[in-house]
Amino acid sequence: MSTTLKRVHGYLAEFDSVKELYHAAEKVNEAGYNRWDVHSPFPIHGMDHAMGVKRSKLPWLVFFGGAAGTTTAFLLQYITQVKLYPTIVQAKPATIFSLPAWFPVMFELTILFSAFTTLFGLLALIGLPRLNHPLFASKRFPKFSDDGFFVCIEARDPKFSQAGTKSFLEEIGGKNIELVEDEI
Amino acid sequence: MEATATAPAHTPADGAPRVLEREPLVLNNRSYSWITNRICGIVENKQPGLWWLLFVPSVILTGVMVFCFVYLIATGVGVWGQKQPVAWAWDITNFVFWIGIGHAGTLISAILFLTRQKWRTSVNRAAEAMTLFAVMCAGLFPAFHVGRVWMVWFLAPIPNANAIWQNFKSPLLWDVFAVSTYFTVSVIFWYIGLIPDLATLRDRCKPGLKKLLYGTFALGWRGGNRHWSHYETAYMLLAALSTPLVLSVHSVVSFDFATSVVPGWHTTIFPPYFVAGAIFGGFAMVLTLMIPARKIYGLQDLITPKHIDNMAKIILLTGTIVGYAYSMEFFMAYYGANKFELQTFQLRGLYGPSTWAYYFMFGFNVFAPQLFWIRWCRHNMWMVMIVCMCVNAGMWFERYVIIATTLERHLTPGSWRTYEATWVDKVTFLGTFGFFMMLFLLFLRFLPVIAIGEVKGVLPQSNPHQDDHPEKGIQEEDLMDYADRHVAKTVNA
Repeated sequence: MSTTLKRVHGYLAEFDSVKELYHAAEKVNEAGYNRWDVHSPFPIHGMDHAMGVKRSKLPWLVFFGGAAGTTTAFLLQYITQVKLYPTIVQAKPATIFSLPAWFPVMFELTILFSAFTTLFGLLALIGLPRLNHPLFASKRFPKFSDDGFFVCIEARDPKFSQAGTKSFLEEIGGKNIELVEDEI
Repeated sequence: MEATATAPAHTPADGAPRVLEREPLVLNNRSYSWITNRICGIVENKQPGLWWLLFVPSVILTGVMVFCFVYLIATGVGVWGQKQPVAWAWDITNFVFWIGIGHAGTLISAILFLTRQKWRTSVNRAAEAMTLFAVMCAGLFPAFHVGRVWMVWFLAPIPNANAIWQNFKSPLLWDVFAVSTYFTVSVIFWYIGLIPDLATLRDRCKPGLKKLLYGTFALGWRGGNRHWSHYETAYMLLAALSTPLVLSVHSVVSFDFATSVVPGWHTTIFPPYFVAGAIFGGFAMVLTLMIPARKIYGLQDLITPKHIDNMAKIILLTGTIVGYAYSMEFFMAYYGANKFELQTFQLRGLYGPSTWAYYFMFGFNVFAPQLFWIRWCRHNMWMVMIVCMCVNAGMWFERYVIIATTLERHLTPGSWRTYEATWVDKVTFLGTFGFFMMLFLLFLRFLPVIAIGEVKGVLPQSNPHQDDHPEKGIQEEDLMDYADRHVAKTVNA
């Protein structure tokens, strides 16, 4: 007799095509669920709209990351070239007026900091990396990275009910509906 | 789109306008799982004999390269052919050559992404990998060129042993920042693109070390749309960041020359001329690698003649820009009334000691790609390979002409010398090809050579609105990015 406790993660339903998945997503959104997601091997155009997902906040993070890069490069060059170690090369001034010659490094560090912010901002926003996820317990789920299209409605959604959600997923055309459980 | 939708050609008998179908990006109506199996199969199955036939010599050449560098350090920079006045020679030529090749990858991933060139999906992964490996080869040369390679940390923005700071007004320091930023951002871009495909490999592996490694680097990717939404934004942002970056890198490399007062280097045309040349050389190298790879691994349905045709056209375009730059340089030397500049170009192209290099450069870079005006030449793989080989060689000669032959005839005729490379110069350069090939073959062995997820995304069945509108001529593109556009676009009668 197993003593493992299990907690319901949610219902996973499979769909045959992008088109079916798209229309199912529209229906789940209309039904008022908000803790759910669709899983597909590639991003689907217009899916954000069908699901009612808002635009990513990532560009804002990247803007500030980039601005930090510009500032760092400016300070690095101003402090070293004007304050710490002023050198006159080819009669060019060692003052703030050599600013134009600092632009390339300011540009490069802006891009560098922005790129790092994009990477780490992305990981923070999507909550990865993580070592495991209840969905990986499902036998069918790994198909998502090949040719499977899934909808998963999570149990923590206020509208979730074991019987109601299952029949709802059947109604919108879901196949191989599976209750995904999480070991605790 | 308008042009296509109203194209009058091929009007059928009933008078209704017919629209030409776009050439499909993936041939033979392949399914999602066929694409997954075919690309993952390269990694999962045994490598063909040819892979080993190439890998073993590559490793040996890498060893030879390491030996040459060790010999250089142990003996001194005198083992290279540099003598005054030619202080920049094969090493800097090789640096500019490799860094130029490293431009195609980010161009394909960034600029072609922003301009919605969907054909990029089949070639971007390999091109980006090639970019990284080329930049790695490039980075070796300036590091050893400094002479005392153990002092290379002087390049980093930290004060040296005498508390002296770098001169940030120097283009050489800009170059350090440009190249290292380019490499780092290219790695990030490449890795973000790889995450979904690593998840695919993870999901196909049996539990074990492989699964653990692919799984670790896939970061637990689940392909949820709430993730894709952020992911696509991140990809778009990186493309937008990389576009000016890729244009800046070779511009900054050209500043190394253009900001000097050496006749033949001191020209404003250098940044666009270098960037066009880099894209040109990079595409030639992409084709040099991809044409054999597509044949060996049976990827003809994914990398179609259309892809090769498109890349050949880009080579034709950039090759012609490069030809224009060569001619314009000559015109400026003549028209600029600077006799030193004029003399430099006369020596370079007409009666100097190394005019042969100039003719190689001009013939390979300007004349050879002109064959791509002919459709047959763009569709015959042998022809494409021959032209690409010419371009690969021609771009090396271009840098040799700019760097070594210019310095051979410096401002003071008393110090004129003819440069000759030593065996160490030549063998080191050959060794970097081995290093480059070794890295590329390892990439083919362990990572998906084509972006699986991205190719699936451009299939017709990936459009959620496929066949929603019965009118002919409605293309996928008509519906893209207009979330509210469920209304059929009217076709002009």
